[in-house]
Amino acid sequence: MKRNTILKVLLFASYFIFLLVAWLLDFNPGQQIGHNFGSFLVDMLKILPGAFILIGLFEVWVKRETVERHLGEGSGVKGYLWVILLSGTTVGGLYLAFPVAYALYSKGARLSVIFTYLGAAAICRIPMAIFEASFLGIKFTAIRWLVSLPLVILTSILLGNYLTRRGYTVEAGK
Amino acid sequence: MYLYIVAGLALLISLVVSRQKTVRALKIAARRFLKILPAFLLMIILVSIALYLVPDEVISRYLGSDNKFTAMALASLLGSVTFGPGFIAFPLAGILVQKGVAYMVIAAFTTTLMMVGVLTAPIEKAYFGWKVTVIRNVVSFFIALAVAVIIGLSFGEVFS
Repeated sequence: MKRNTILKVLLFASYFIFLLVAWLLDFNPGQQIGHNFGSFLVDMLKILPGAFILIGLFEVWVKRETVERHLGEGSGVKGYLWVILLSGTTVGGLYLAFPVAYALYSKGARLSVIFTYLGAAAICRIPMAIFEASFLGIKFTAIRWLVSLPLVILTSILLGNYLTRRGYTVEAGK
Repeated sequence: MYLYIVAGLALLISLVVSRQKTVRALKIAARRFLKILPAFLLMIILVSIALYLVPDEVISRYLGSDNKFTAMALASLLGSVTFGPGFIAFPLAGILVQKGVAYMVIAAFTTTLMMVGVLTAPIEKAYFGWKVTVIRNVVSFFIALAVAVIIGLSFGEVFS
């Protein structure tokens, strides 16, 4: 095993031992952390299987050429438009946007489009925006979109170009 | 849960068209899921601790600070290191606005909450490496500040 793996296993083990001891000794902070862990884990398990099934289907059914044509090097401005529309449908949060972005990338989407997707998935998810507007008003949400989206696209282009120049490639699981 | 309606329908159509490809899709789904699972577990552990250390009352207290710019700075830092699903963050934001917290402070908090992920960094790093993770998060932090300042200007909060 690699050193990193051993460290991770030790970390996980000590965390769970801590929860167990806290539970046995009625140690309140530990119990609260355990409760947080449980409820968040359940939230995750509700979303993750569905999301990964969709990612699996995407891998099998969507042709590489299709992704390359619409989101790849030659896709121009339309690539950003498509990926922002796609980001609107993202569920969960950033944590789910990463595997989706990786799936797009491995099918030939270009880097700046991927980063736009990540940024837009964070700020433009439709269900979340509706929720936000209902608590903070439409003006708030509208300004937030108008300011953040252009900045996200601009910085994504800069970051994408910079990394492409340096020969960066995404290697998941490293 | 519209996610499962979509996933279920997609799976069904896929199954009708090709059983073989559907099995392959499920295998890919399981393999990818298992590969990233440790990073997810690490994130959940970090979140469980962060939620304990930074409960809602602490957020309310810091965001309600008298100096709007101090509050904005604190809000953006809090938003970066915490992690909240929207269905908790926005009702909280709504309550804070009613309490008189400035919109620019709220914007700094919710935008960093959504865009900057210190706690999701383990997952981001697993896909994109440390360098990209750090750059993307720092850039996102400044985008959030820009959003907050312009929200402040629009709501007439900056020069009051």
